[in-house]
Amino acid sequence: MSITRHPDDSTLMSYAAGSLPGALAAVTAAHLSVCPRCHDEVAMMELLGGTLLSDLPGAAMGRPVPAAPEIEYAPPVGPIAAPAGEVPPPLARLIGHDLDALRWRWISRGLWLRWVPIAGGGKLHLFKGAPGVVVPEHGHHGSELTMVLRGTLADTTGEYGVGDVCDLDESVEHTPIAGAEGCVCVVAQDHSVRWRRLLVRLARPWHGM
Amino acid sequence: MLDFSIIPGSGGQSPLSAHRGIMADLLQRIAERADPAAFRELYEVYGPRVKAYMIRKGADAGTAEDLAQETLLTVWRKASLYAGDKGSMTTWVFAIARNLRIDRLRREVPWQELPEGRLAEASGEPLPDEAMAEKERKQRVQAALAELPAEQRDVVSLAYIEGLSHSEIAERLDVPLGTVKSRMRIAYQKIRQALENLE
Ligand SMILES: [Zn+2]
Repeated sequence: MSITRHPDDSTLMSYAAGSLPGALAAVTAAHLSVCPRCHDEVAMMELLGGTLLSDLPGAAMGRPVPAAPEIEYAPPVGPIAAPAGEVPPPLARLIGHDLDALRWRWISRGLWLRWVPIAGGGKLHLFKGAPGVVVPEHGHHGSELTMVLRGTLADTTGEYGVGDVCDLDESVEHTPIAGAEGCVCVVAQDHSVRWRRLLVRLARPWHGM
Repeated sequence: MLDFSIIPGSGGQSPLSAHRGIMADLLQRIAERADPAAFRELYEVYGPRVKAYMIRKGADAGTAEDLAQETLLTVWRKASLYAGDKGSMTTWVFAIARNLRIDRLRREVPWQELPEGRLAEASGEPLPDEAMAEKERKQRVQAALAELPAEQRDVVSLAYIEGLSHSEIAERLDVPLGTVKSRMRIAYQKIRQALENLE
């Protein structure tokens, strides 16, 4: 897997800060599990978090310092094995390890969707596109984070392979097209309104496909 | 009911900078000898700050203090995992406090890992800051933060300390979402540069 497209720094920063809505955080965690570059960026963003915490004016403590409990010496953490399957471990928490075992909802010719329930804000979906299928142009009010799990996807912002993330804000309207082998992607959106509108549009046949 | 008894940094509490020199050794002392005096020091320095951090996300004073205590007990118990690493102790305290805040105040499972799980599997490339002492890194980050225009510093603080999402920050400041994201991006680039530009 050679990853070339990463989440925006502002997305990684909110993730490190602990303030990214749940759906976007899940996709970011999935990308981090396969992207050493973003891993290192997040480590630096956490260093910034530590500095901000140190500089915070303290709130007076109401109770005395508790006694130090017995310390536990945990064994050192070994290297974590690279994920073998195509579902990154953070996502496997939500959808299991087998994309082919999922039940998909047919939306239109060559396009399937699956909603993934998630806490903490935002909407999370998987979509599966047959080769060359066009997802109709759509915009969004908030951020949209798409990660490719299988195959390739292309839109006006470029081409995306497995592990790549397309990070768009509301200013971009885009028309993703599944590559020659089709694709399976996970999409997180900060705001659901226009996606719902998209579903309505998807439920009808449309021209130009 | 919020606790407004925030102590100003210059007030009744010795500034953290006075502690900085000893902070680097503190975790080492905790890890090596389970030194109870080191725990007290850790608690006195970070307790009030973690408590304030919890209050900013809406915890009442009692809950905030419980969570601060739990954060520092976790730091203490897991110190051996972190010892020997060149990362900063404040990063470790921050990551534990952040995940606890998501878990208890937002009642969600945090997606963020603690640094312990990450050390072994990162790229192996040294972070640009790894060659620097903790103290110097922190000073560089603080200097870079201080130099940021207020509008950039504010979005960073709203994300980290108040725990607001991009959309919530956009709403709070009444600016477009794209503006929030670009301010954060620029702020981070400046901070990153400050850590990279070694003499
Ligand atoms: Zn990446």
